[in-house]
Amino acid sequence: MSRQMSRNAALAPILAGAGALALVLTGCAGGTGNAAAPTAFTYLINSENTMIPGQITALSEDQCKTENTALPLKVETVPQTNLDQKLQLLAGQNALPAMYAAGNAPALTKTLDESGNVVDFEVALAEIGALDDIEPAAISTIKSLYGGKFNVLPYQYNIEGIWYNKQVFADAGVEVPATWGELVAASAAIAKTGVTPFSASGEQGWPLTRLVGDYLFRDLGADALQKVADGDAKLTDPEYVAAAQAIADLGAAGYFGQGVGSIDYDTAASQFLNGKAAMFYMGSWILESLNDPERNKIGADNVGFMPFPAVEGGKGSIDEYPANVGLPSTMSAKVYDDKVADWLGCIAENYGSAALKDQGTISGFKANSEVSGVDPLTQVVQTTISESTSSVLWFEALFSTKATTTSQTNAAQLVTGAISAEEFMKLVQADLDS
Amino acid sequence: MKHVLGDKRAIAILLGPALLVYTAVMLVPVLWSLGYTVFEGNTIIGFTFVGFDNFTRLAGDPKVWDAVLFTLKYALVVTVGQVFIGYLMSLLYVFVLKKSSNIVRTLVFFPVVLPTVAVALLFQKLFEVAPQTGVVNSIINSFGGESVDWFGSGANAFLVIAIMDIWRSIGFYGVLLYAGIVEIPEDTLESARLDGATGWGLVRHIVLPLSLPVLLSAVIFSINGTLKVFDTIIALTNGGPGNATSPLTLYMFQTSFSYGEYGYGSTIALLLTIVCLLVTVFIFRSSRRDLTKA
Repeated sequence: MSRQMSRNAALAPILAGAGALALVLTGCAGGTGNAAAPTAFTYLINSENTMIPGQITALSEDQCKTENTALPLKVETVPQTNLDQKLQLLAGQNALPAMYAAGNAPALTKTLDESGNVVDFEVALAEIGALDDIEPAAISTIKSLYGGKFNVLPYQYNIEGIWYNKQVFADAGVEVPATWGELVAASAAIAKTGVTPFSASGEQGWPLTRLVGDYLFRDLGADALQKVADGDAKLTDPEYVAAAQAIADLGAAGYFGQGVGSIDYDTAASQFLNGKAAMFYMGSWILESLNDPERNKIGADNVGFMPFPAVEGGKGSIDEYPANVGLPSTMSAKVYDDKVADWLGCIAENYGSAALKDQGTISGFKANSEVSGVDPLTQVVQTTISESTSSVLWFEALFSTKATTTSQTNAAQLVTGAISAEEFMKLVQADLDS
Repeated sequence: MKHVLGDKRAIAILLGPALLVYTAVMLVPVLWSLGYTVFEGNTIIGFTFVGFDNFTRLAGDPKVWDAVLFTLKYALVVTVGQVFIGYLMSLLYVFVLKKSSNIVRTLVFFPVVLPTVAVALLFQKLFEVAPQTGVVNSIINSFGGESVDWFGSGANAFLVIAIMDIWRSIGFYGVLLYAGIVEIPEDTLESARLDGATGWGLVRHIVLPLSLPVLLSAVIFSINGTLKVFDTIIALTNGGPGNATSPLTLYMFQTSFSYGEYGYGSTIALLLTIVCLLVTVFIFRSSRRDLTKA
């Protein structure tokens, strides 16, 4: 008995130590309340995106020099595939930086917002009198994405459509298709000339699911996916499966070329820019490459832009361009103070014209100073944006992170025929239901 | 020494620091994770108690069972491949190459020390179909065959993963089993030879029984390594196409850290632990003697 006692006595400090350590660990995890005032204007962004941090850095050396002296800019990067994990961990530790890329799916941004980690820009920009620096179209796109709230900054404002090689179209003797039937016929004619009709990255997946989404908008109307999000329709309904089937048929005919599942984003872009593919469905952020003679071997004059075609008998209009704000950035409400607000004001005032001038890209910030010498293709997009009255989102815009992943990782299988259109829609719907 | 080890306090002092570290980095997280199985949520939105909801969800989640099936299929195929080919290599070292096996052993061992990501990139390029035609497809083309999209279907992707994992670890199992076979006394082999045992007969009746303990150790090593496979698959296919090559570990990781469902992710982790435990017990039971005494 006494031996037992002495052993217990000896073990007691060890157990107590372990317990104390566990308590310390508990203290580290989770957390509420406000973080300390920032000592730097830290910007966490996915490493694939070099344009925005480059432009903000340029601002910090020029128009926003005062703000930068008060609160120096510090750019941190993380690979896009690790971004969501990083954000969740930082949020859990109350350590989100002043400005950060808002996550791969709007669902995550909404979660961050619900936990008080996201600045409401409608309020913040109004307070500093800079709400007028944002394009109304961009605000409406953001609100439809983020459940009616202006939660992210539109460093990019993109419309999407099909970029095409005019020369290849002429060689194949096809006109710019206005309907889905014409697009399929044009693809057949182009394939006969030995050029791959579409360049697309199956490795990324989203360039393929965008086509499914657009087909749905054209066929069933702009509210097609809102109905799915609200539970009023299911992706497994025949009219929804028909959209996946239409894209699967393009794949079955070989119009995406060989090994589409292994093609990454850069390869897909360079196939089009080198004239190996006739069409490239992509957002207007690709203007940077199209305007770059180093990368664009077919010449900017040779590139045309057309909207996703109408579906015969469909409810949607060809004039409704899919629009988005790229992978947007937002600010942490927990470290938002006067110095960060000064930065926000300076960015809102200057980003639009600076991005247009330096990179030829269009943002959701108004170009407050006159920019001359804009590339013709950029002008085409600018005109399209200013003339369009309504826009649509994309296939996964209103999906959960899980359903988004499932949709994008299975997209390549849909067009290679490894899974059927029904199976594809069933997989995504299952994740929406769970 | 006996006096020191007889004193419980001395044992406590000697084991204490290690136990403390072990508790902090192993036991606490394990128990923590176990606790999460009855909660749902993540560090952003906080946790809510859900009782056994995660377990009912686990039972009805087809993706989990797909992942279990894939994990078991992968573990079986790769373990058999690794250990069988490793055994053949070790026989080659001992009986054919004999003393001159050093250089071959070194060369075959080489892939073991290469970083996983480098090996995965190498195999991606070897089996590539677009934008460039990889070596494997070039060979198929030169025989007049059509290029195969190796990563386009689950079955083909599985084949590439299996080939890659077997290739990169036969060196390790070759050396491990070589160490076991080389210990067989020359006298035993000599007397068997005098009794007329040669070639296959010698291996079947003398070498195999005498190297069985190390062979079973190799099987346990391999099966536990392969059940927990993660890095090779992440680097080679990222679980794709779709989730055709997603093992339980990857599904667990995605659920917890990409979808932000820590509770359900922990439940999957528990399932993985149980699978590992069952398989190990099964192998222990089916071996003829206690391997810890071998």
